[in-house]
Amino acid sequence: MKHIEAKNVNVYYGDNHVLKDITLSIKENTVTAFIGPSGCGKSTFLRTLNRMNDYIESFRKKGKVYIDGKEIYDKKVRVEELRRQVGMVFQKPNPFPKSIFENVAYGLKIHGITNKKEIEETVEKSLKQSALWGEVKDILNKPALSLSGGQQQRLCIARTLAVKPTIILMDEPASALDPISTAKIEELISELKEKYTIVIVTHNMQQAARVSDRTAFFYLGDLVEYEKTSELFTNPRHKQTENYITGRFG
Amino acid sequence: MSNNDLNRLFDKAFKYVGICCTFFGLVMLVIFIANILMDGLQRIDWDFLTNLPSRRAEKAGILTAWTGTAWILGLTAIISIPLGVAAGIYLQEYGKKNRFAYIVELNIANLAGVPSVIYGLLGLEIFVRTLQFGGSLLAGAFTLALLILPIIIVATREALKAVPNSLREASYGMGATKWQTIWYQILPAASGGILTGIILALSRAVGETAPLIVIGALAYVPFVAQHPMDEFTVLPIQIFNWVSRPQPAFLVNGAAAIVILLILTFVMNGVAVYLRNKWQKKISW
Amino acid sequence: MKRPGEKIIEKILALSGMVTILTTIGIIWVLVSESWGFFSEIPLSAFLFDTEWTPLFAQKRYGILPLLSGTLLTTLIAILTALPLGIIIAVYLSEYADKDFRRTVKPALEILAAVPTVVYGFFALTVVTPFLQTFIPGLGTFNALSAGLVMGIMIIPVVSSLSEDALYAVPKSLREASYGMGATTFQTSFKVVVPAASSGILVSVILAIARAIGETMVVAIAAGQQPTLTLDPRDAVETITAYIVQVSMGDVQHGTMEYKTIFAAGATLFVFTFLLNNVSFWIKKKYQEKYE
Repeated sequence: MKHIEAKNVNVYYGDNHVLKDITLSIKENTVTAFIGPSGCGKSTFLRTLNRMNDYIESFRKKGKVYIDGKEIYDKKVRVEELRRQVGMVFQKPNPFPKSIFENVAYGLKIHGITNKKEIEETVEKSLKQSALWGEVKDILNKPALSLSGGQQQRLCIARTLAVKPTIILMDEPASALDPISTAKIEELISELKEKYTIVIVTHNMQQAARVSDRTAFFYLGDLVEYEKTSELFTNPRHKQTENYITGRFG
Repeated sequence: MSNNDLNRLFDKAFKYVGICCTFFGLVMLVIFIANILMDGLQRIDWDFLTNLPSRRAEKAGILTAWTGTAWILGLTAIISIPLGVAAGIYLQEYGKKNRFAYIVELNIANLAGVPSVIYGLLGLEIFVRTLQFGGSLLAGAFTLALLILPIIIVATREALKAVPNSLREASYGMGATKWQTIWYQILPAASGGILTGIILALSRAVGETAPLIVIGALAYVPFVAQHPMDEFTVLPIQIFNWVSRPQPAFLVNGAAAIVILLILTFVMNGVAVYLRNKWQKKISW
Repeated sequence: MKRPGEKIIEKILALSGMVTILTTIGIIWVLVSESWGFFSEIPLSAFLFDTEWTPLFAQKRYGILPLLSGTLLTTLIAILTALPLGIIIAVYLSEYADKDFRRTVKPALEILAAVPTVVYGFFALTVVTPFLQTFIPGLGTFNALSAGLVMGIMIIPVVSSLSEDALYAVPKSLREASYGMGATTFQTSFKVVVPAASSGILVSVILAIARAIGETMVVAIAAGQQPTLTLDPRDAVETITAYIVQVSMGDVQHGTMEYKTIFAAGATLFVFTFLLNNVSFWIKKKYQEKYE
C-alpha cells in the first residue's frame, strides 16, 4: 500500500479548474518534489493532501485522496488528527509569538499531552531532529521571533516533528531563506527521510534534483510527468518538461 | 499673472486658517479645564471626598457619587466584557459568510448610533420595571453594558483582524481545532487591542449621565451603596445636580467633582492609549 | 471529545451576538408599546401640530413642535460650528500637515470627544453664557446658543476624523494630476480632493447631526427646561432629550400619561436618528465601490 495516493483529483476554485485529473502515488520514506512554473497548481495539490484548502471558500474537489489507504475527505475523518499525522512547513517561517520552547510544545498541548516531563523530552528530541538544539538549548525561553530566518524555519520543522507525523509537506520551505540556511534545510530533508515521507514543493530545480527521489512536474493544472528524479532531469519524456527544466519558460 | 498670485495667497492663507481651526478646539478645551481647575481645585479636600451629599454646600461631599461610579464601573465591566468579546470573536472568526452574522453586524452599526437616553428608556422598562430590579446598580449596570457593547464588539473585531493569517495557518497546519487556535494563539495575540477597546468603552460608561437618570439613579443619595440592588448615584449625576442649583457654592462643588471625574476619565484614556501603542508595536512582525 | 465541544462553543459565541439583536428588539418594543398607549389617547395630528408641550402642567397640551424646534435649533447651531471647523481641520491635516503633526494632533482632537458631556454642559452654563452675555443683548441664562456652540465644539472630532479618513482614501494619482498642472494645494484640495471624497464627508456630517440630536446633558444644563417654540437662539429651549431627563428626575409613575410622554418623545427621537444613521450607511455603501 502506498503511503499517499491520489486518484483523479480535480480541484476548482469557483469556476477556475486549477487541478486537472491528478493521479499519483507516493511511497513511504521517500522525498518527492513537485516542480512547475508559478500558478501551475503544485501548492494547491500539496494543500489538498492535508486539507488546508478547506479554508478557501470557493474550493471544490472531485476524485479521491488516500493516506494509508483511508480516504481523507471522508465525512468521518477528524481533520485535526489528519493534520497531526500530515505536518506542514510553510514558505515564510511562521513561528508563534511565544518562546522557542512553547512553539514546539504547542502541538503537544493541543493534542492533549500534559505530562511535563514528556513535553520537555519531546521538545528536546524534536529540536535535535531539526538540527536546532545546539543553537537554542540555552535560550529556550527567548521569543521565537528573535531567531534568524533560517533558525525560525528549523523551529517550524521541529514543532511539526513534535507531534510525530508520518508525512511532512513542505511548501517552498527555503525560498525565503539565504543560501546557507537553504543548504541546512536540504541537509535536514535528507536526514528526515529515513523516518518520514516528505513532499516538497519547490521552484528551484537544482534543489529538487539534490534532495528528491522522485519528481512530479506540474503545468497549468496538469500532472505532466512523474518520474524518478534522475530520469526526469536527464531524460524527460515530454517536451514541456524538457522546456521547463532547460529554462525555456517558467 | 495676477490670477496665480491670488491663488497662492489663498493657499498660504488657508495654511494659517487650518492651523487656527485645528487649535481652536484644543484651545477651547484648555480654557474649559483651566476654568474648572480654578473654580474647583481648592474645594477638593479629604472631607469633600468622604462626605455624604448635603443640603449645605460646604458640607456636601462626593462619597456616594464616587463609590457609585466605582460600583457601576465594576458591574458594567463584568456584564459587558464577556458578552462583547464573545460576540466579537463570533463575528470575526466564525460568522464570516452566514446570514445571521450579517444581520448582527448591521444591527451593531445601528445600535452604535442610538442616543444614550433611549438606552435609558429601554433600561427603565425592561430592567427597572419588568425584571423588577428597581432603580438599582444592577439596572444601571445592565443598561450601560448594553450601551457600550457595540464599542467592545467592534474593538474586539479590529484586534482579531490585525492578527496575521500566517498564525492561524501555522496552528491549523498542526492539527489544532478552531477554538484551540483562537484560545491559544489568536486571543493572546489580540489581547492588547481588545483590552484597549474595553478600557475606552468603560471610560465612556463612567461619563454617562442621561441613561442612569432615566432608570432612576437618584440625585440625592445620603448613603453609600452596599449591594447591587441598592439605589445609587454616580459622579456625573451628582455634578448635574449641583450644577442645576442656583447657589454659587454648589457650582464650586460641581467644578470640584468635575475635576475628579476628569482625572478618572483621562487616566483611563491614557492607559488605553498607552496599551494600544505597546500592542501595535508588538503586532507588527 | 473535540468535535461536539467545538459546536457548543460556536453556539455560545453566537448567542452573545444574539444579545445585540435582542437589544434592538427591546428598544423598538419598549418605544412602540408605550407610544401606543400614548397615541391611543392623543391623536397624531395634535402631537405633530399643536404648538405647546405642557404634559406636566395642569393644562395639558401634547404638541411635540416646541421640543422639535428646541432640538433642531441647538443642532443647527452645533452643525454650523462643527461643520466648517471640522472640514477645514480635515483638509489641513490631510493635505497640508506633515506626518508628525498629524500624528500628534489627531489623538489630541479625540480628547474633545472623550470628555464627559456633563462637563461640557457645566462649561456652557458657567463660562460661555456669561461671556456671550457681555455682547449679545437679550441672551438668557439658559439659551440655545451657548448649548449649540459647545455641542459644536464637542462634535468637531466626528466631522474632522471621518472627513479626514475620506480625504485620505482619495487616490494619490488624482492629486498628482492636479499638482502636475500647476495647481496650488488649496486648489487641489477644494477642487479635486474634497469633491472626490464628498460622499465620505457627507456621511460624517450626517453622523454629526445624529450625534447632536441625541445629545442630552449639554442641552439639559445650558439650554433650559422650558419647551418654547422659537427660532431665536437667545431663548431658553428644551430638546426632546432634555425633556426625557426632566421627567425622569421627578417622580413619575408607570401607566400615567406623563410616563408615556417620555416614550413618545423617545420614539420621535429614535425615528430621526435611525433614519439619519441608515441613510449614512446607505451612502457609504453606495459610494464605497468607487475606489475599491
